[in-house]
Amino acid sequence: MHIHFLDPYQHRASPIHALDPRVKFVLALAYILTCALTPIGAWPVYTLLLAMILSVELLSTLGIKYVHRRALLAVPFMLAALPVVFTHGDTFLFSMPIGSWTLTAFAEGLERFASVALKSWLSVQAAVVLAASAPFPDLLQAMRAVRIPRLLVSLFGLMWRYLFVLVDEALRLMRARAARSGQGGDAGSRSGRTLAWRARVTGGMAGNLLLRAFERSDRIYMAMVARGYDGETRSLPMLPVPASAWLSLTGGILLLFLLLMSGFLFWG
Amino acid sequence: MYYAPEPMHIPDGFLSILVSVVLWGVTVPVVAYAIRRVSKDLGERQAPLMGVLAAAIFAGQMLNFAVAGGTSGHLMGAALATILLGPWAAIIVMTTVVGVQALIFQDGGLLALGANIFNMGIIGVIVSYWVYRTFQRLAGGRKWGVFTGGFLAAWLSIVAAALAVALQLAISGISPANIAIPAMGGIHILIGLGEGLITLGALAFLYAARRDLLHIGEAAPKGGTAVWIGGLVIAAILAIASPLASAHPDGLEWVAEQKGFLDTAQGPLYNIIPDYVFPGISNEAFATIVAGLIGVLIVFGVTLSVGYMRRKKKA
Repeated sequence: MHIHFLDPYQHRASPIHALDPRVKFVLALAYILTCALTPIGAWPVYTLLLAMILSVELLSTLGIKYVHRRALLAVPFMLAALPVVFTHGDTFLFSMPIGSWTLTAFAEGLERFASVALKSWLSVQAAVVLAASAPFPDLLQAMRAVRIPRLLVSLFGLMWRYLFVLVDEALRLMRARAARSGQGGDAGSRSGRTLAWRARVTGGMAGNLLLRAFERSDRIYMAMVARGYDGETRSLPMLPVPASAWLSLTGGILLLFLLLMSGFLFWG
Repeated sequence: MYYAPEPMHIPDGFLSILVSVVLWGVTVPVVAYAIRRVSKDLGERQAPLMGVLAAAIFAGQMLNFAVAGGTSGHLMGAALATILLGPWAAIIVMTTVVGVQALIFQDGGLLALGANIFNMGIIGVIVSYWVYRTFQRLAGGRKWGVFTGGFLAAWLSIVAAALAVALQLAISGISPANIAIPAMGGIHILIGLGEGLITLGALAFLYAARRDLLHIGEAAPKGGTAVWIGGLVIAAILAIASPLASAHPDGLEWVAEQKGFLDTAQGPLYNIIPDYVFPGISNEAFATIVAGLIGVLIVFGVTLSVGYMRRKKKA
């Protein structure tokens, strides 16, 4: 079995896919920054931000369903913000008794919770669209363009190159374990011996995986040296950003800036 | 799905801007310094070694084992990376892992990436290094130092990272300290045991198969003492701040208030304009109208362009 489904890139012919990856990267970051900076409770601004990201999703032809299935990842973390409903603010909303306790919800707290949940939902959508509409090598180029250290970018690239190989390796290890001792890894099934034994077996697999990675990295290094590697990652010089992409960049940033400013003006 | 996200990657939107910015401010110089150090120590081998190991740590996070009650334990890997590679290379490897997780799998936000690298990469690694080194010295090169140190380093790296997450959420005013810290801490004291056991198993395997690998990170790197002290300080801060903050959430409220001052200090800058430009118009009404107009324009634009594209495709 080979693991290709990890790659979130979805090939489509859409204006979003065709947009220069550097511009896309910067715009996605700007969008997330705008979401973060928008004051709590600026609902119209949130609505507009939602309209914006939904438009991008429609334009990208990725399918709203696809994006939102991936965006669900941020949901569990929202639980962490839930208590704020009951601790923040002083406008009484409702109270519910739990055993001998009484939980009192406040309007300000609810507003804050809803804002945070919405912000994180909007941000994760932008990240999903970015990852789904730009192949990883393009994202690497974008990272280079925004001056992320070269070593880090080439590490990202190498990691991506070998991620699938090593995930396959991990899957092989898990298949071997399943063959030896039943379904040891599935949550809830208690095959295998004691908990400590299961943990140790899994640990052995992790050690094995790292060892194979070490040895593989040696071979990769040798192969790279044989091809003339001298510690410097070389790549094609970047093409200048085309004029139309500049236009989208300025337009997008301007729009986000306007939204942010109206948020500050009226709800700050 | 094989890939199980940890409840430790903070998504975007949860941290206040101030906390995000401060943590970026800590993360960037530390990672930059680590890059410089590693370039010097490892030379040109570093890129393939660390890139492949980052992929291995990522893949290793899929390995899991069944724990009672339908849950499963799995690996974060900061301690294992630290023991195998030493603190600086481990920081870079964890930065790469956390970065790709955020960028590709939306596991953790992009703006919150600074905080996530700080929690899992920097705190996780430095604390692991502190514990592991301490036990190695205590054991004086005997076997139990590797295993006890490895187990405790892995356990503490998880607990410390979780406490840091809880503190950051509390300072951001998202989650009250007296709930977030005991909750995050309590859960991760247990989750950390899983990490510790897996790390222990991995070390046992490596000890038997390739003992020399365990000594790479051991060769005390220059500045190792500074990292050791850093680990001690972080552990101490977390150990003192967490119970204090959860017992006296007022303390954090005070911090938040200070932050509030900063926010309101910026306020007037924006407030002058509406009063000046739109006298007599109720701000809210005007805002709603403007917002509605922009919204209509956007939706109109989308409809037009989608329709236009459909037409073009058919043609």
